[in-house]
Amino acid sequence: MKHKKAKKYGMVIDLDKCTGCGSCMVACMAENNVPFRKDESNKLLSITWMRVYKLTNGKPFPNTDICYLPRPCMHCEGQHEGHSPCVTVCPAIATDYNIETGIVSQIYTRCFGCRYCMASCPYHARYFNWWDPVWPDGMEKYLSPNVSPRMRGVVEKCSFCFHKYQLAKEKAFMKGRRELKEDEYQTACTQACPADAITFGDLNNPNHAVYRMAKPDPKHHGRPTNPHAFRLLERLGTNPKVYYLSSREWVRRAGDNYLENESIAKKPAHHE
Amino acid sequence: MSALDDNAKEIAEDAGGEEIATSSREINTKEQDNGAGGPIILFFIIGLFASLILGWVIFPKLLYSKKKQPIDFNHVLHVAEVEDGCESCHFFREDGTYSGVPKLEQCIDCHDEIQGISHDEIKFVEKYVSKGREVPWLIYSRQPDCVFFSHAAHVKAAKIDCVTCHGHIGESENLKIYEESRITGYSRDIWGKSIGGFKKNTWDRMKMDDCAECHRKNTANISRTGVKTPTNRLIGHIIDLVSPGTSVSNKGGSVQTERDACFVCHK
Repeated sequence: MKHKKAKKYGMVIDLDKCTGCGSCMVACMAENNVPFRKDESNKLLSITWMRVYKLTNGKPFPNTDICYLPRPCMHCEGQHEGHSPCVTVCPAIATDYNIETGIVSQIYTRCFGCRYCMASCPYHARYFNWWDPVWPDGMEKYLSPNVSPRMRGVVEKCSFCFHKYQLAKEKAFMKGRRELKEDEYQTACTQACPADAITFGDLNNPNHAVYRMAKPDPKHHGRPTNPHAFRLLERLGTNPKVYYLSSREWVRRAGDNYLENESIAKKPAHHE
Repeated sequence: MSALDDNAKEIAEDAGGEEIATSSREINTKEQDNGAGGPIILFFIIGLFASLILGWVIFPKLLYSKKKQPIDFNHVLHVAEVEDGCESCHFFREDGTYSGVPKLEQCIDCHDEIQGISHDEIKFVEKYVSKGREVPWLIYSRQPDCVFFSHAAHVKAAKIDCVTCHGHIGESENLKIYEESRITGYSRDIWGKSIGGFKKNTWDRMKMDDCAECHRKNTANISRTGVKTPTNRLIGHIIDLVSPGTSVSNKGGSVQTERDACFVCHK
């Protein structure tokens, strides 16, 4: 029995298209039953699986420029399959790397809330539930039955809408298929983006849009070969599956901690 | 000075007196030991049996509350009447989701009016059908919220029959009493009838272990720690040749466990 070629679901976000409207954040909150509080003024305590950051080039008026950067979980693959920062440190096997899809899962009932994964995640993509969720009156009826609500004391994060993958699989089984088509499995943020800035698909499949946009180089841990593409903190070697596109040099520079005079040329990571 | 001496003497006398007293008590107990051995063992045996009965008989009775289904249902009678067997009432929707518990919509075709003479049917038609109300069935196999279960994956893709997990429910003439755990709120069918957790048939229990039992068979058979060594890889290849589909080369998607990934069944 030959092993089928594994999938590697990933995302390409075009920052030149992103208007910072926050539709992806709203869609994500609704799709995944993300809890919120009455007072969300302290953003350090807010839970946002998808968060839009505002970047600026820091120059005075005529040259000033801003860019919005949506940040889901990066679903890092690491230097070898499944060597994600969070998966390797979890003492409870509550977070797991799925070889078949490349998705980093979080099992809420398994997590005991040590928050080691949060410390290890360089992208601040993981959030801790300090309180049990309290939904406004009647809102429980609007929760998605496909995502279990979390309780106080566990960590949660973006799952690339894995339940949508499961449901798409169910539908495919009914048609006697085991493989999914590109448009059958799309995350909520991808579908919600009005500017079409987010693209989602299989990075191992040359027919998928994400592959054509990012052109990942499998010999160098998926480093993008498209000169406009970059990944966040590329040189850490976390090998994230979320790629960003921008035609602006300063935006691409903002993706990692470059020194002032350092060139952004595609240098391999430290291990080579 | 003399007062202190007196005190000291008194203390010494007291101590001596105690010694004598204790030694006399020891003699007493030694004498009693010969007679009390039997009752103590008897008391122990009674206690043992009492706690065994408490744990195996009384505790399960206290743990589960017994609830009757709103109306009784005869599977045998219905299977004989309908055309497509089980799938007449328990069917897949087009999007791959499964309609497990029938809605009024499925019953109403025949039960628009009273068909027979059974009390439960009369109750059903009068209380639910004529009022357009859904029957609040108690679901024996309801799983916790964190569980994702796909009937399509098991029945359509893996070709597992209903009996493997649900047992011979289609051959029953009455609905059994629904027993709900007072602690967890789940049906007794999840834990299983046996309080000790023993099972004879695949449909006796519906816990995570029971799902894992089958899922493990289809993935790695070699221990998770040993799986990476070359020797075990070789063993895996040999197993693969002898009985395909059981070795590590066919391992599941999880990096942590080398079995099926946790997200396969958890949501």
